[in-house]
Amino acid sequence: MIEAIFFLFAALAVGAAINVLVQKHVLYSALSLIVLLVSMSGLFILLEADFLAVINVIVYAGAIMVLFVFVIMLLNLPADEDGADRLRWLKFLGIPMALFLLFMILATLWNVGSETLVERQTAGTPEAIGRSLFTDYLLPFEVTSLLILIALMGAVVFAKKEL
Amino acid sequence: MIEYLTSQTFLLMILKMLIVFGGLMGAFAYLSLVERRVMAFVQMRPGPNRVGPFGLLQPIADGLKFLFKEQVRPTGANEWLYLIAPLISLVPALLSFAVIPFGPALQVTDLNVALLVVFAVGSLSVYGIVLGGWASNSKYPLIASMRSSAQMISYELSLTLSVVGVLMLANTLSLVKLVESQEGMWFGFIPKWNIFFQPVAFIIYMIAATAETNRLPFDLAESEQELVSGWHTEYSGMKFAMYMIAEYGNLTATVCIATILFFGGWNGPSFGPDWLRLILPTIWFVLKIAVFIFIYVLARSTVPRIRYDQLMRFGWKYMLPIALANILITSFLVAIS
Repeated sequence: MIEAIFFLFAALAVGAAINVLVQKHVLYSALSLIVLLVSMSGLFILLEADFLAVINVIVYAGAIMVLFVFVIMLLNLPADEDGADRLRWLKFLGIPMALFLLFMILATLWNVGSETLVERQTAGTPEAIGRSLFTDYLLPFEVTSLLILIALMGAVVFAKKEL
Repeated sequence: MIEYLTSQTFLLMILKMLIVFGGLMGAFAYLSLVERRVMAFVQMRPGPNRVGPFGLLQPIADGLKFLFKEQVRPTGANEWLYLIAPLISLVPALLSFAVIPFGPALQVTDLNVALLVVFAVGSLSVYGIVLGGWASNSKYPLIASMRSSAQMISYELSLTLSVVGVLMLANTLSLVKLVESQEGMWFGFIPKWNIFFQPVAFIIYMIAATAETNRLPFDLAESEQELVSGWHTEYSGMKFAMYMIAEYGNLTATVCIATILFFGGWNGPSFGPDWLRLILPTIWFVLKIAVFIFIYVLARSTVPRIRYDQLMRFGWKYMLPIALANILITSFLVAIS
């Protein structure tokens, strides 16, 4: 049962990820990205990480992607026909980047080893995540909040001509 | 696999799903009648009273009409997005009822992050409106969907922040535990509901929820005087009905959450024989929801619509700071007590 659901969400995620790249119209790419995020949340739930799954949907699928779709519709972009030509040199940069990414994924998979997920079933609860955020990972957490605050102030400065 | 599918827990779950789904679908059909009748009474006209006694068969007549209507697609509309946009609206609206407890015995599934699931699913429902308006290839629906996406993002912040105070008091995200935390009475007659601890949060929640469900005075996405009928102008027949069901679904879901968070959920006096004790909590819960929905219908027939710039200013400059201040004060009080 679990395996069937895993393969369903995994296939959906991979299919959507490929669709993000091959679609010519930017709105279809954005919609595929939403499908990808939601199916990733399904995979998180199978890993007993309910909190992460729900936050993934709220923040990325429910807020950030709505902004993406809003901007795409506001600009009313036509289907991208000759966009590839302008960025031709990026193609050559892409090959080493893809190889690097593949290496990173393989290295991570190699290091995971045989650690089972059953031992960490309580790691996905809101309490456990909150505790580790405010003890072990306090510095990264605070630095991230500072970064977001700076970005917020930057956005206000850009949006307002005179303050 | 076969054993699981015939096991008692699985069959019980199917039964609960059928009860919840069937009950909700019937309730939504009659909500449309209640809304039209009550609005008519407020405006001193009879409303739909021709089909059956007191117009009670009107929803069935409406349903048949929706079913047999010709399917029309506007020229230049996006083929499959136009088709699935009502579905994208409907599915999240019904999905949130999977975690809502209608009584101690009547809940499809309980999660330890149930409240967040409702918010997550609710945040996806905006895509139905946005894509429906975009795919129609028509200018009024497009304006409506642009307005809607900006409005949803603005008010989702206050909606989510308003419940944080309640969560700090109850110390849980599970809806069942939230209801259980409000059991009991003070002095024997005042119920221990969160509304008495968090009145500001309740007001913020109700205003933000009205904006999230596109009801007056925040129905900028529909605003029939300027935009014909908003994002569903080009929809008819069963596709339009799906949008209506989704609207009532979202309304009922937010009202359910308001009842659970602030008004003690299914808590209420319990008496009588065993079978009555079993169904009484559900009856209390449904009654509380009905009162809320009645207030919403009254608001729809009395309050004028606000302007778009007023909507944005109100959301960002008043609602958000008040919600944040409420969190600060509540966390301070929780810390010193």
